[in-house]
Amino acid sequence: MMLLECKNLCKDFDGKKVLKNINLSIGRGKIVGILGKNGMGKTTLIKLINDLLTPTSGEVLINGKKPGVESKKAISFLPERTYLDKGMTINEVLKFFVEFYDNFNLERAYKLLEDLSLDKEQKIIKMSKGMQEKLQLVLVMSRDADLYILDEPLGGVDPATRDYILDTILSNFREGASIIITTHLIADIERILDEVVFIDKGEIALVSSADELRDKTKLSIDEEFRRLFKC
Amino acid sequence: MEFVFENDRPIYIQIVEYLRIEIISGSFKMGEKIPSVRDLSTIVKVNPNTMQKALLELEREGLIYTERTNGKFVTNDKSLIEKVKEEIIKEKLDTFFNDMKKIGITDEEIKKYLEKEKR
Repeated sequence: MMLLECKNLCKDFDGKKVLKNINLSIGRGKIVGILGKNGMGKTTLIKLINDLLTPTSGEVLINGKKPGVESKKAISFLPERTYLDKGMTINEVLKFFVEFYDNFNLERAYKLLEDLSLDKEQKIIKMSKGMQEKLQLVLVMSRDADLYILDEPLGGVDPATRDYILDTILSNFREGASIIITTHLIADIERILDEVVFIDKGEIALVSSADELRDKTKLSIDEEFRRLFKC
Repeated sequence: MEFVFENDRPIYIQIVEYLRIEIISGSFKMGEKIPSVRDLSTIVKVNPNTMQKALLELEREGLIYTERTNGKFVTNDKSLIEKVKEEIIKEKLDTFFNDMKKIGITDEEIKKYLEKEKR
């Protein structure tokens, strides 16, 4: 059974077709990049998978089932914008996550936070933007989920933070789990991808193994993307 | 370990090439246990699936072998390592001679330059 399946998925906003007939299957143990320019439907697709939007037609299946309580257990989601209460300290946030998610692995979270040498009594609002991004990633990757969905995890971070994020993704990539990463910063992330999905104007333009695409085009994923979708 | 890769060629092929050099140069010694797929992929910063594919290729070539439950090891076959080493040297020299030919340098001149630039 596929971990994630989208079947003829469509989403309209006020009669405007934002996603058109998306068919996509993602198996276990893969890191998949959903790549597209801004405004092409990446985040809409992610929201549909996370049950934050309802499809206009078609369906999403997670472990063969429609989104619901079980899919929310199976998916650990890092949204583009923060949802944490910035008045909370790190310890308070951790407590919140432990209570909220059965599969939150506190031990792993402690270990990851130790690497960041963060004071756990510190309030989130006092932390730098880069640190807040790292904290969010730690929280998301500390859940024992089947599917991790990271929406633009590299948006606006410096190169050192970017390396930290890539390392954290790789070192917490558990056997049997899969990771979906959406981004328009392809060059930064392409070396860790198994599969790439190009989205353009609400449609899937290409699905390929990353190495096969490089072999076929003799270009990097980033170059091939730019070639296809030149403005 | 330093691994800088080019984006326009399959990454697993580049990892194969890189690990071959590690083996023939003796960085990975004969019979030595190599790090796990997970550790290697974290060190080199690539997807574990890509690393797995590269190791399978090296295994197919005979440069590494799997001991069940124990992990993967560098071959003890010295003649195989020598053979691979020669192939790589030949390949690199071919590229070199072709480049020199393009510039229009004769074999005699190449010798002169090699002598001059000797380290």
